[in-house]
Amino acid sequence: MSCAATIADYGLRSLGYGERLLPRGDFTLCQQFTLIGSGMIWNVYFGVLAFVVGFTLATLLAVGKASANPLFRKPAEWFIFVFRGSPLFIQFFFGYFLFLSLKQVAPVFDPLSSAWAGAFVVLFLNTAAYSGEIFYGALQTVPKGESEAASAYGMTGWRRFRRITWPTMLRLAWPAYTNEAIFLFHATTLVFFSGFPAVQQKGDALYYASYFADKTFNPFVPYPILAGYFILLTLCIIGLMGLVNRRLNRHLPEGAIRRPRLLGQMIR
Amino acid sequence: MFACAAPDTLSGLHWLACYLTTGKHLAFYGAFGTVLLLLAITAPTAMAFGFGGAMAARSRVAPLRWFGKIYIAIVRGVPDIAFFLFFVIALDQGIEYLRHKVKCPDWDAPIRQGSDFLVCAQAKMPLGSSPQWVHETYGFALAVLTFAIVFGAFAANILFGAIRAVPRAQVETAEAYGMSPRKTFWRIIVPQMWVYALPGLGNLWMVLIKSTPLLFLLGVEDIVYWARELGAAKTPRFSDYPHPDWRMWYFLALLVFYLAFTRVSEIVIARLSRRLSLGQATTAGEALRKAGA
Repeated sequence: MSCAATIADYGLRSLGYGERLLPRGDFTLCQQFTLIGSGMIWNVYFGVLAFVVGFTLATLLAVGKASANPLFRKPAEWFIFVFRGSPLFIQFFFGYFLFLSLKQVAPVFDPLSSAWAGAFVVLFLNTAAYSGEIFYGALQTVPKGESEAASAYGMTGWRRFRRITWPTMLRLAWPAYTNEAIFLFHATTLVFFSGFPAVQQKGDALYYASYFADKTFNPFVPYPILAGYFILLTLCIIGLMGLVNRRLNRHLPEGAIRRPRLLGQMIR
Repeated sequence: MFACAAPDTLSGLHWLACYLTTGKHLAFYGAFGTVLLLLAITAPTAMAFGFGGAMAARSRVAPLRWFGKIYIAIVRGVPDIAFFLFFVIALDQGIEYLRHKVKCPDWDAPIRQGSDFLVCAQAKMPLGSSPQWVHETYGFALAVLTFAIVFGAFAANILFGAIRAVPRAQVETAEAYGMSPRKTFWRIIVPQMWVYALPGLGNLWMVLIKSTPLLFLLGVEDIVYWARELGAAKTPRFSDYPHPDWRMWYFLALLVFYLAFTRVSEIVIARLSRRLSLGQATTAGEALRKAGA
């Protein structure tokens, strides 16, 4: 079987299109590349969606945590504490079993017990908590001269937040936020190892990589392939986030822009 | 109070007390010890790997430096869980391969035959005849080594940054006093780098705590294993304590355990950081000086 045929058969296998049976013996390099690449679709799906939706909640959480009103502050603090203080792996398990019991209460919760919705919800809440803490830290370091200047111009409330505080917060938070994005994408590999079933073997990249490693008993081929894909993905994230960073800092001289570093000190 | 002879006649709290002290539950509680043991062994080992990695990355010998930098960079680019799954098999096969080469030099069949990894019987790790606890200890040791390799790379990155953060003037002064590079490193840089490394290392410690449930994926019977096992629905046929699916509650308990653990760590790290900042030329150190004066 030629490599093009393999790609046609397995290129969209992770979504359920193409050949139904996974290869069983005589694994070729092409099959491994194709299937693991096909699984990356899920990693990108979870990562992008959780990241984009999480951004909104993260902003709300940061503003909530910085608020003087305990009615907003306490829930935000607890939310961030719970999701940052416990392992994502346990959150996935707990979420899955919680969704299973919810399913018996009302059929509305049916989709939550499958990975595409349930794991997304957990990842979304998780990344919102981590990013919320980053944004909160940035909000605390917004130079007070900027809000004073805004007040002097007669800006108050929402307008001041929208035009001055929020953009500065994003600018300050961006290097750390890039880091969070990288680790969010890494975290998507946990989904199919934590309760959420891979129905009809529709799994993510790591799911297929470990499938091949189990079948061939040779970890030295599938995992480096997976690593290659993820390094590419990481470079893409750094590139894209770098573009946004440029845009956020476009009023600053070239040298003054703080670039997100490939090897930051913080992990998550 | 603890008469648990006929569980089906018990009710309420008494039933719960009996239920929570069955042999399997005691094994579950023991698994928390496994987690703590893993942390206790992994943290220093990973620090040693990290120190070695940081030294390699700033070595003058080019290949060593490349090795150090690649070691640091690759672990950040690739999900840690992929490393866990990889190293557990790779280390096992690597060890067996080496033993095979030493113990059976006249074996001529290839080691990789299709989907099999064949080494002679004497090279098996652990030996097929060894008791169960050897197998378990070996599995645990592999897990520790895997954790140490992965977290060693993160630690190496942090220490590498911390070494470079030590004020240049300190090193220049040491040179002016005629200290050799080696002496400068051990007497001037190493004692001072910790305060710069601490925020990163504290963060790493938290991440390490939060990765311990991944032991489950490495085939160790840890708390996640037991929570799944004990929480699953039990019918009266197979158990004296039948109950519906309680896995949600078991994982809630694990969640609370980890929350408490990370909270305590956070407090300890904050104290430590305060202590290390004393007398340092950093913002935190300056704040402490002003408060004391």
